[in-house]
Amino acid sequence: MSGATDRSELPLLRANGLTRFYGERIGCHDVSFELFPGEVLAIVGESGSGKTTLLNCLSTRLPPTAGAVEYRMRDGQMRDLFQLSEAERRLLMRTDWGFVHQNAADGLRMTVSAGANVGERLMAVGERHYGAIRGTALDWLSRVEIDETRIDDEPRAFSGGMRQRLQIARNLVTSPRLVFMDEPTGGLDVSVQARLLDLIRGLVTDLGLSVVIVTHDLAVARLLSHRLMVMRHGKVIETGLTDRVLDDPQAPYTQLLVSSILQV
Amino acid sequence: MSALDNTARADGSEGSYNFAYLDEQTKRMIRRAILKAIAVPGYQVPFASREMPMPYGWGTGGVQVTAAILGSDDVLKVIDQGSDDTTNAVSIRAFFEKTANVATTTHTAEATIIQTRHRIPERQLEEGQILVYQVPIPEPLRFLEPRETETRKMHALEEYGLMHVKLYEDIARHGHIATTYAYPVKVDGRYVMDPSPTPKFDNPKMHDMAALQLFGAGREKRIYAVPPYTRVESLDFEDHPFQVQRFDKPCALCAAEDVYLDEVILDDRGGRMFVCSDTDHCEERRTAGHRGEMAGEEIAARLSAGHASDGEDGQ
Amino acid sequence: MRTRLCLSGVGKSFTMHLRGGIRLPVVSHVDFSVGAGECVVLGGPSGAGKSSILKMIYGNYACETGQILVTAEGDEIVNIAEASPRRMLALRRDTIGYVSQFLRVIPRVSAENVVAEPLIAQGATEGEALVKARDLLCRLNVPERLWSLPPATFSGGEQQRVNIARGFIAHYPLLLLDEPTASLDARNRAVVVELVEEKKRNGVAMLGILHDEDVRERIADRIIDVASFKAAA
Repeated sequence: MSGATDRSELPLLRANGLTRFYGERIGCHDVSFELFPGEVLAIVGESGSGKTTLLNCLSTRLPPTAGAVEYRMRDGQMRDLFQLSEAERRLLMRTDWGFVHQNAADGLRMTVSAGANVGERLMAVGERHYGAIRGTALDWLSRVEIDETRIDDEPRAFSGGMRQRLQIARNLVTSPRLVFMDEPTGGLDVSVQARLLDLIRGLVTDLGLSVVIVTHDLAVARLLSHRLMVMRHGKVIETGLTDRVLDDPQAPYTQLLVSSILQV
Repeated sequence: MSALDNTARADGSEGSYNFAYLDEQTKRMIRRAILKAIAVPGYQVPFASREMPMPYGWGTGGVQVTAAILGSDDVLKVIDQGSDDTTNAVSIRAFFEKTANVATTTHTAEATIIQTRHRIPERQLEEGQILVYQVPIPEPLRFLEPRETETRKMHALEEYGLMHVKLYEDIARHGHIATTYAYPVKVDGRYVMDPSPTPKFDNPKMHDMAALQLFGAGREKRIYAVPPYTRVESLDFEDHPFQVQRFDKPCALCAAEDVYLDEVILDDRGGRMFVCSDTDHCEERRTAGHRGEMAGEEIAARLSAGHASDGEDGQ
Repeated sequence: MRTRLCLSGVGKSFTMHLRGGIRLPVVSHVDFSVGAGECVVLGGPSGAGKSSILKMIYGNYACETGQILVTAEGDEIVNIAEASPRRMLALRRDTIGYVSQFLRVIPRVSAENVVAEPLIAQGATEGEALVKARDLLCRLNVPERLWSLPPATFSGGEQQRVNIARGFIAHYPLLLLDEPTASLDARNRAVVVELVEEKKRNGVAMLGILHDEDVRERIADRIIDVASFKAAA
């Protein structure tokens, strides 16, 4: 029997005292945690709780006011992300990482075809064989359940759910180890949401991805995540195994959050 | 550059102009940009583009570059789409005759500076010659990434995947790379550059060219350069390699093959012919005795006789 | 008989912050242990805290006081009351199984794959896991035509049997049984009894909640009355 404990004794991502102020206002305050390979961490909280600020700091899209984020590079070295050169950071972001935006238009090139959207990362890392790029794009479109005949269509012509699936394919094509997701199912119809969640769950399991997912939807957190972090006013107020936090919430705010939803 | 030590005023009746229209400080500023551009091949150097007595889009960038490098002993040639006698070429040539009193020519071989819009002369350029391109949009990445801050970063970090996205789209839509002009190139293995809207037919000429190539974009305030004997590679895919246009027939006037041809409409019944876009090249060949199937006399005869009947062969 | 699970001084109460912070005591001073090959059943009236004890062992509920010790892989003793989430997930994958009456519906995954999943998670190939999954579905009388369909649309009884198969397929040194036979017909109850007997022979320690007296009689080696752990209100 092999286990996650064998292959993943070392953390992939480590946040230490991560703090971000917007002037006087707290974005997030003193957040520390470790994320291990294959682990899915959900950050939940209401609007303005600081979860998106935290996600942006973790993914180096926003420089923190204090604290550090370290990441284990493919060579096994743990590196402080904000000490990396911009070139290294950008390379990391388009190869070893993914970022799935709530609004697919933020993560896609809306004026180029679906195939080129998926292929862009491959071309960015030097793939120069059109046929191979197209073949990989077709493979990924089918993995995210987009009909192959749509490969030359622009995402503008896609429904919200399809756009989101395309965004996921575009991110996963370089086999990233870590994917950040910001409300990936937000703004979608419930049935579309369910399909997307299934897809994400399957891909995360099959590919052994590590994921940091921000959501205000506890059902999404329950379905996808191993661990849960509850944020309020920029601070982490409760963290633990996802079903433990949801079944036996300790903090008053978590109890309120859990009791506020119809059913998870 | 013979112009660098030139601070003399233009002689003669137009004494109110400084030599070559621009003041010396401006020329110095542009020369600095040019030197930097030569030092970093393919890199777009910002410069303080001036208002010129012509609208943007009429070659203000090229004119400023030419003005900055022009010396009194230079011989200037100006072409527009390969032709010396189109409006744009004629007026820019006249502009420098008036403001710099320099000699002008239509012969590629005689020119020391050639300002061009949209073509590279067919005759192989030589050491000591300078080719000045008029550039409308210098940024090859803009098509897919409109943010200037982002495209500059992409150049700085050599992130050029996006250029291939554009070529990918071409193949996906047309089955082949359909970009026929402003075809992106990589200069000296480093910067991706827009060769200005020249036909991709001319791209191979840029590679390892003996002459200095300077590019001026007036509205966009950018200068870039390809020094002599520099590697210039057209981007492509392994399974869709770069190819230049091929023409079925030689030039109808001078029978030249392997040159870029323009389509000329002869009448309103679909009559047409294909002739050299480089008028100087074509004339030289005809002077040397080369004759195409519709060479001058026959064409004139046909046109003056009204609509020539179909199938009539001029040869 | 080797001890697989040992609870000592375990206590649990809920603090209801939304109701003015009142404390609802559930259990206190829970002390018992379960050995390899033994099936222990928690007895007592509903509300006595049987289910809470099971959930504390599985990590769904936080253990407030005391220790919950399990023997994990490599004979390592782990205190669940203090285990990190990662540790707990590893224990759930390799050490502690949970057979419950409710199917955690995983949409669009076929019944046989739902059943096979825990075995694959433990490192079995998909092929061998599916063989075993089909065998279990067959024993539990789930019609073959349903195996390749997602269980979301199955009848309640069919879903329950799929979930029982999922609970029994992998080898866990410790198995928690949460009403596995509730609402099963006699034929399938007999299959569950059989499965429990097999697990016993394989040295699995089991702790269960079983209201069905008939089944309880047949499989329980010991019954622990949870009412004796009732915390003072």
